[in-house]
Parts: sequence; structure tokens; C-alpha cells
Amino acid sequence: MKPREIVLSTLPTPEDLAQLRLGDIVYLDGLMYTAREGVYMRALEDKANIPMELPSESAANFHCSPAATIREDGSFNMGAVTATASFRFAKWLPEWMAKTGAKLIIGKGGMSSKDYKSYFVPNGAIYLSTVGYGTGALLGRGVENVEAVHWNEELGLAQAMWVIRCKRMGPFIVASDLEGNCLFERENERISRNLEHVYEGTRPAVLKRFGETDDRTDELIG
Amino acid sequence: MIPIDLIRKTARSLMDKAAIEIPEDYLEGLQEAARTEDGDLSSFVLQAMLENYEATKEDRRAMCGDTGVPRWFVKMGNAAQVEGGMCALETALRRATAEATNGVPLRPNRVHPLWRTDHNNNVGIGAPEIEYGFEPEGDWIDLITVHKGGLFGTDYRMLFPSDGIQGIKRFYLDSLVAFGKRGLACQPAIIGIGLGGSKDTCMALGKRASVLRTVGSRNSDPKIAALEDEFKELGNSIGMGAMGFVGKNMVIDCNIEVGYCHTGGMQMSVHAFCLSSRRAVARLYPDGRVEYRTDPDWFTPYQRRETVDWSPALEAAE
Repeated sequence: MKPREIVLSTLPTPEDLAQLRLGDIVYLDGLMYTAREGVYMRALEDKANIPMELPSESAANFHCSPAATIREDGSFNMGAVTATASFRFAKWLPEWMAKTGAKLIIGKGGMSSKDYKSYFVPNGAIYLSTVGYGTGALLGRGVENVEAVHWNEELGLAQAMWVIRCKRMGPFIVASDLEGNCLFERENERISRNLEHVYEGTRPAVLKRFGETDDRTDELIG
Repeated sequence: MIPIDLIRKTARSLMDKAAIEIPEDYLEGLQEAARTEDGDLSSFVLQAMLENYEATKEDRRAMCGDTGVPRWFVKMGNAAQVEGGMCALETALRRATAEATNGVPLRPNRVHPLWRTDHNNNVGIGAPEIEYGFEPEGDWIDLITVHKGGLFGTDYRMLFPSDGIQGIKRFYLDSLVAFGKRGLACQPAIIGIGLGGSKDTCMALGKRASVLRTVGSRNSDPKIAALEDEFKELGNSIGMGAMGFVGKNMVIDCNIEVGYCHTGGMQMSVHAFCLSSRRAVARLYPDGRVEYRTDPDWFTPYQRRETVDWSPALEAAE
């Protein structure tokens, strides 16, 4: 069965979000911004003023560093656009969502259902995953205009806050819904059923590593 | 003598090719995967990737927004000479990397590990890496650039002879399952396995197995070649496809390289060259000829030699 395809605004209504199902394919219209560890630390830990009106301008936070450069005349050259893995940002996301009203968190690989249930659902937000990963050129085609780049002096081009006007940017996959269900956990659960069979005929290493046991008095042998 | 200007110009052009043109062997491998994939979501992902490679070539833009950490491998025939010497060559490769970062553009991925300083040009301490290999014949040099993604899919473990093939399989599966979930390894990938050497050479062997060999190539040792076939099939039997969705394509190919190791150990490393398996190669001759290709052809009989002296005649007779 082919997945459903849906065009969504980066300022989505609660009704827009309620209709989305895990595994739907989404294309985005409107303004989005990139923010990852650099932006989170500067805004939340260093308490710098966020240089955009959020969420009135955009409710879409992209975990992304684009392949982009600022030309000498100040204009932008944005080529490919791809997400980075989001689980590393769980530390900052609850506060960020509360502060900015983000409804769409867009990135690579999603978060855990625990994250979704504890702060996505109360904020009425969902998670969209990029596809591949690495549809950088397709996503790049969805960039209608680069509106601004903030904090590039302080954070460098890769960590800067890029403001992008999207026109049918995608594809993205709906990886969480308003109830906090997690697409990747659903898939993992299905795959796990087969794992015992795949591991038949293999053997654990004779020298263990910490992490395989949390008992630090363990000698790790045998 | 190979002119330094030619090296600079060719290196710059290789940076573009690597970022933009998916190598044919990997593309064919992925097309084959797309034909056999029957998971709904996995199929959608593979189709989207195939469309992405088209868009990349049409638009001449980087195939992935994470343009990896550009690095260089330089292979030289024994009689090759570079105008200005090898330091001039290294400067040329660093300059090409910096220029391409602004030109393509690439993402300025390289930062200081502690201070996160970003020169915005993918050049810094130890970056890009430049590694060397030599061949007994020839006055050419091969420039190979690889733009490998960096964060997930690689692991190392000290195994021991008593772990045997069963232990090797376990660590292989553990690596695929751990990094394949949610597609963190950006599979289906070219999986490289390094066996033996020391810890550092084991990592280098595995990395080179994934980035310097092509899809469909096989180790010259028939028993290792059989293991490569077996491991490819094993990886694809996990039931995990692109993005960690239910599917049957995780491994486009599995390449294994070995090096002699300490008698008590059996070092193992696993590496994943992702959906953006970016590599580009050119051979430069002293008369100014440049031949572009995508097969690094790194693991020649000379690279895998076992004896003190190199004797191609003896090697051929075996």
C-alpha cells in the first residue's frame, strides 16, 4: 500500500495535526527555522533573545545544518538540506517547545514515545522525520527562499539559525501523532520478533564490556 | 613530474563529483534493492532516494545536506614525482577542500572537538585526513576523495581466537541492529569489516573496506569472499530496511579486509558507508592526462601482499 501524501502548513492548526497518522508522507509550506544544540544552548542556557517572533512566524523547528554559504554580497547559497539525529536534543526540547510554541519538530530518527507523551502531547506537537536519510537535494528544491540567518557569527554556519521559506518541501514522514504514538517503536517491535532467529549460531564475546553489564565490580570475562 | 596546478584543479573537480554524483556501482545496488523491497515504508524511502540522486545531478547540488567529512587517499606509482614535493600536494588537497566547501556548497562540518571552532571550510587540525598507498609500477598518482558521514554505524571490539566466526557474526549483527534502528546508520549501506591488525589498523582496514571497495567486488581470498556473501545475506535477513522500517534491504554489500594481528587476538571493526556513498577518483599522469573514475581500486595484490619481497610473478603463479 502506498503511503498517504499530505500538504501541511508550518503554522498548522490542531485539526491539521489531528488528521495525521503514523507513516503519512508530508510536504511543508511556509516558514521554518533550523535550531539544534548551538541555538538551544544560546537561547536557553545563555538566555539570549531569540531573533524571531515565535510561534507567530513559524511553529516548525528543523534539526538541520544546511550545506549553505553566505556570499560576499550577503545573499545565500543553499544547496542540500538534511536533518541530524534528534534524540540528542531531548535535554533542551521541553523548555524550547514551551518557550517557542513549536508544533512541528522535524529531524532524523524521531524521539522516544516517552518524550512524545511527556512534552510533545501536552504541547500539541508532533514529530516529522526526513526520509532516507539523505534526500538533501529533494529537500533543497523545497527551499523557495532563505529569508535570514541568525547567530552565524556566534555559532558558525552549521549551528546558526537559518530561516527558510518552504514551498512543498518534502518528503517527510509522520513519526509521532497527537496521542504520542511512535512510528519507529512500532517498527522496532515488529523487527524484534525475528531477531532471536537471526542470532542463532552466534555467540557473545568472551570478553565483555561495561555497558553490557552495569556492575562495575564485574571482571567482564567468560 | 606531475604539475601541482593539475593536482589542484583535479582535486577541486573531484570534490564536486563526490558530493554530487552517486557512484554507479552503489546506484545499481540500490536499484536492485528497490526492486526486491516489499516493506511499504522501506520501499517509499528507497524510491525517494533514487529520485534524490536524479535531482542531485540535474540541479548540481550536494546529494545530502550532511556532506560528510571530506578526506583524501593518495595512491602513487613508485616512479611518481610531484612538482613542489609532497607538502605542496597536501596544501593543494587542503585548498581544494576549502574551496569546494564554499563552491558546491558543502556543509562546514569540521570543528574543533572541544572548542567547536568552525573555520567554515572543512579544514582544521588533522582535517582533511590524507592517507597514502604505493604501487610498484607507474609514474601516476591516484587522488581519491571520500565524503563519509560520521556519527553512527561504526564500532570496534577486541575479539579473541576462541570467539571464532560465531563471535564475529554476533558483533556484526549487534552493530547492524544497534545502528540500524531508526535508520541512524542511513542504511542500506556498504558495510566494511576490518579483521586483525592492531586497533588503529583494524579501524583503517574496515573503513577502507567500506569506502575504497565497490559494490560487487570480492576479496581475493575465496574463503573471505564466501564470508562476504554470507554476511551480506545475514544482514539482509534481519528484517530491517531503510530508516529501520520493516524491510529486507540493510546491506548493499559487505566487504571484508584483513591484516595480520597479535597471535592472541582477533580485532574486529564494522563500518557503514551510507546512502550517500560518496567517492570520486582520478588518475593523473606527468603528461597532463587525467582519467576520472569511481572505483578506487585500492586493494591491489600489492596492498594485500604477505611476503617480505614483492614479486608479481610469484604472486601470479599462486
